[in-house]
Amino acid sequence: MSDLLKITIDNITVEVPAGTTILNAARQIGGEVAPPAMCYYSKLADSGGKCRTCLVEVSKGSEKDPRPMPKLVASCRTTVMDGMEVKNITSPKVIDARNGVVEFLLINHPLDCPVCDQAGECDLQDLGYNHGKEGTRYEFKRRTFHKVDLGDYIQLHMTRCIMCFRCVFVADQLTEKREHGILDRGDHAQIATLIEKNLHNDFIGNVIDVCPVGALTDKTFRFKNRVWFTKPVDAHRNCSNPKCCGEAQLWMRGDEVFRVTARKDEWGEVKEASNGKTGWICNTCRFETKKAIDWTIEGPSVVNRHSVISQGHYVGVIKPTETFNAVMKGRDPKLLMDIHDESEVNKPNIDLSVLDRPAHSTDFN
Amino acid sequence: MQALTQRVKQVDRKPMTLLERIYLWNIVKGMFITFMHIFKKKPTIRYPEQKREFSPVFRGLHVLNRDEEGRENCTACGLCAVACPAEAITMEAAERLPNEEHLYREEKYAAKYEINMLRCIFCGLCEEACPKDAIYLSETFTPANFTRKNFIYGKPDLLIPNVKTESGEFAKAKGM
Repeated sequence: MSDLLKITIDNITVEVPAGTTILNAARQIGGEVAPPAMCYYSKLADSGGKCRTCLVEVSKGSEKDPRPMPKLVASCRTTVMDGMEVKNITSPKVIDARNGVVEFLLINHPLDCPVCDQAGECDLQDLGYNHGKEGTRYEFKRRTFHKVDLGDYIQLHMTRCIMCFRCVFVADQLTEKREHGILDRGDHAQIATLIEKNLHNDFIGNVIDVCPVGALTDKTFRFKNRVWFTKPVDAHRNCSNPKCCGEAQLWMRGDEVFRVTARKDEWGEVKEASNGKTGWICNTCRFETKKAIDWTIEGPSVVNRHSVISQGHYVGVIKPTETFNAVMKGRDPKLLMDIHDESEVNKPNIDLSVLDRPAHSTDFN
Repeated sequence: MQALTQRVKQVDRKPMTLLERIYLWNIVKGMFITFMHIFKKKPTIRYPEQKREFSPVFRGLHVLNRDEEGRENCTACGLCAVACPAEAITMEAAERLPNEEHLYREEKYAAKYEINMLRCIFCGLCEEACPKDAIYLSETFTPANFTRKNFIYGKPDLLIPNVKTESGEFAKAKGM
């Protein structure tokens, strides 16, 4: 008997090693067969099992015990058995249950996507778009919290939190000392730093990347720009921190670097770096090197063309050859209007990206 | 060559007769048509004293809306700019300061908002995209101008008058 177990997901059979979860087996197939996940993060040990978005139907338990599992199971926590048959998108039960889960996740989540910086790359936004209902049936007051600053660079907006625990695992596993966690239980549960302690750990910035919603956001990027107006490029630098992989994604507009994040793979998780490390980046790379000169730019990142981030990024454009020089015999053309003389937006001499806080009305005077 | 349709009319290439050559008959015919138009109903109106009624779906100059308390609706979400096929809209967002709550409805607002009317094609997609009811296309034409730079409309040009502080102008704009 080989070590590989056979599993059939939505009538597609793959062989995976023992101990693999259904979710990871489905991700090997890829595409729509892979269930969405809000709390599971393959790079973080023990994550998963909380959000229930990855529910699947097991229609045949295994080769030895072919009975179906009585209830839908969380695929991120259920390991594969030999001969298992799983239904994900082919099961109406799963789709129905997932719609219900999305409705629950959105119970306390504010619909402030126009304000939220995560909009455009938000897992919950995508999930709600695919599975959500048009209206809400919730008639009560949504719970609200005050915004909290976690350290100098991270803002916690608990109102948007969906309690995935990913940030707690990041703090636990990546930083030396965890200073925040979940307080209280059930409906009162909240992410908090005990006694308002600031987080000064080197890798705490990664909580921004793992957050599936806009609860943890980069204060240096807050309200500066929308993600779809910035252009993601891959870049690297020689980081002196031994744990930092030094490979990141810069979100640029012109020459300005608005934001630095870790590179993400197709599941929205941090990519493996080329040197074999997991692609976490340190706070210095993320928050303090905000100039293009700090980085070696490799080229534009590959963005899924269905993503809103790829809007306006025209690929494969063939620019017509400039005929001005030939026609004007070397003289410069007379510009009828330079847009920067008249426009007050994107002034070349004002770089909002270098502010380490959101812009205020005082910055525009 | 064989005719492609039934409606082809062969051009008469015969030399003109004397009556045709002096054109007098044709001139009289033309003058008669002109004369008859004096008695017809005029399709033109005396703009700008008289104005035509707009169609209910007319899309004219943009306005930026305020709510009942005079606070700006726009939260600089960028959806209008992303929807704009002509890329005419640009903006810069800022965070509302604690003493600015009477000016802006949300914690984030558009510190700068510009529409380049030279680029705008008045398709109304910005109005459709807006989640905050902040931008509307009004029933006004973009006024003509002598220079290009006057077509860059900023926030002072686009915002409707504040109902609290500029109530006179607000009533005037509303047509009261």
